[in-house]
Amino acid sequence: MKLAKSLLAAAVLTTSLGGIAVAQDKVTIGVSVPAADHGWTGGVNYFAQQAIERLGATYPNVEFVFASAADAPKQIGDIEDMVATRGIDALVILPGDPDAMTSAIKQVKDAGKFVTVVDRQLSIDGVENLYVAGDNPGLGANAAAYFKEALPEGGNIVILRGLPIPIDQQRFDGFMGGIEGTNITVLDDEFANWNRDDGFKVMQDFLTRFPDIKGVWTQDDDISLGAIEAIKQAGREGEMFVVGGAGMQQILQRVQAGDALTPIDVSYSPAMIATAIELTTSHFTGGIQVAGRYILDSTVITADNVDEFLDADSPF
Amino acid sequence: MSASAPDISAKPKRAFRLDLKTVGPLLALALLVLLGISLNENFLSYNNLTNVLARSSFIGIIAIGATFVITAGGLDLSVGSMAAVIAGVMIMVMNWLIPSLGIGWSVVIAGMLSGLLLGGVAGVFNGLMITRGRIEAFIVTLGTMGIFRSLVTFLANGGTLSLNFNVADVYRPVYYDGLLGVPYPIIVFALVAIGGEIAMRYTAFGRYCAAIGSNEQVARYSSINVDNVRLMTYILQGVLVGVAVLLYVPRLGSASSTTGVLWELEAIAGVIIGGTTLKGGYGRIWGTVVGVVILGLIGNILNLQSFISPYLNGAFQGVIIILAVLLQRGGRRT
Repeated sequence: MKLAKSLLAAAVLTTSLGGIAVAQDKVTIGVSVPAADHGWTGGVNYFAQQAIERLGATYPNVEFVFASAADAPKQIGDIEDMVATRGIDALVILPGDPDAMTSAIKQVKDAGKFVTVVDRQLSIDGVENLYVAGDNPGLGANAAAYFKEALPEGGNIVILRGLPIPIDQQRFDGFMGGIEGTNITVLDDEFANWNRDDGFKVMQDFLTRFPDIKGVWTQDDDISLGAIEAIKQAGREGEMFVVGGAGMQQILQRVQAGDALTPIDVSYSPAMIATAIELTTSHFTGGIQVAGRYILDSTVITADNVDEFLDADSPF
Repeated sequence: MSASAPDISAKPKRAFRLDLKTVGPLLALALLVLLGISLNENFLSYNNLTNVLARSSFIGIIAIGATFVITAGGLDLSVGSMAAVIAGVMIMVMNWLIPSLGIGWSVVIAGMLSGLLLGGVAGVFNGLMITRGRIEAFIVTLGTMGIFRSLVTFLANGGTLSLNFNVADVYRPVYYDGLLGVPYPIIVFALVAIGGEIAMRYTAFGRYCAAIGSNEQVARYSSINVDNVRLMTYILQGVLVGVAVLLYVPRLGSASSTTGVLWELEAIAGVIIGGTTLKGGYGRIWGTVVGVVILGLIGNILNLQSFISPYLNGAFQGVIIILAVLLQRGGRRT
């Protein structure tokens, strides 16, 4: 069904693009993302706008409509407006709260639009034409693999989690599965809300509570930055290492410098929104088959490959 | 914790009514400290206590400003967003001045002054809109809360503003060092609290605030310049937010759209736990200090134990806040 639809779309496109230079058919693509309420979503907004600017210049016949919403009702309103008043042909959406937004996104699909969902899985299958996401269980599993390697004898670690939403659970389960059967002991885990200040507070208290910590898994670089300050304040930076996730420039610079406190990072780039916009655009401009699932690796970033991930212009 | 309440009410009523009202917050604090001691032997350690007090100092300094605003019958919801935008602007000013002033204290001091100035200006704006524009404080500060929050997101381009690494090194001791083993944030918090207590109790300004909060008309007829006193409370609030940010910036050296989220509610909660009445007319600075420390300890205690599921942290906080206020209001009825 999905295949048939995209084949059909491809066929329609190839005929409409018969003349190469003549791009008379206007295509409108709506892009809807959550507001920049923390570092990672800030990156999403930046990379989305950057991709739109670049693609808008390359393809004059493609028009983009961009909206950033603070909560699910506002985001639903945004996409309803896009369909009703802007006549979009495709929607690229990173749903802030996927469960709350599934039926609204399904309506866009039922209206015959091409739908690309980014990062967060909807609550029912088969709504989206294209799904672009990072690998959350992989992010946990890859971090766990490093902990196994760095602590072959085992040891005590603490975990700073994000917010209680499915992504966090997938990462956590991936990590716990990865360290199963080793002598690594998780002393405790607490939510630090993907936030530097909370990372600082929770880590300070973990340091007060546990005299022996070998490793800290924060699964997010914003939390890491707060936790690192707390560790430095306690003068215990020689005792442990911190592994985050996302690939924030500040952490990558430390990885590049060979800082023993942050030996590695695990990528989970907000630039995935740009990948999704690119793919969706090429569905219309190139007549290329793009439907399906597109999972970006959660790569382990070490001093050896960090150069590929450094980008001086990125605000994230 | 609740076991001690009936204990007290069983004793002679008149003598203890007054007592409970004053010692209520202290009692709640003492119970919380006992809970902390029973949970973890490191709770009373020097490091843990300075950690908690230093962390609470931002909210504490802001809450002292809020005590004056609330006592005078006002409300300021914008303090959290204001803190974020001041932090952002301070960082930008310092980064921008490095080429002309070089790396050193002159840049940091210039940054600090810009923070205090901006806080004062924001306070003047809130205050003028409320007193001269005749708009409810709730609406004005709800509006500026949104404005300040968007401004910091805009200035940071949706990301994070970070202080130049070398300047951050110069500035860092302001949060992490101290005098005679007492970190600077705690010292500043104490000084602001003492100053606030004196202003509230022994100056005309403090009495005017209470008079306006309890009955604005009567205050007006008593030839108090109600508008100017109110305006002053918002300016004081803004400057104190600036002071809090001076201590906050050296901690992490960054500001983003998540900086200071919900600080306004924490500050207001601290004020109310401390015994100040939300509708105005009566304010107690030392109570606010106790209230803020209670809030700080709750977060600390939650992190020092593992039998309450982290999913229930918010519920635990809510219960403690209500209990703390119940302890002091329980005996207040006549």
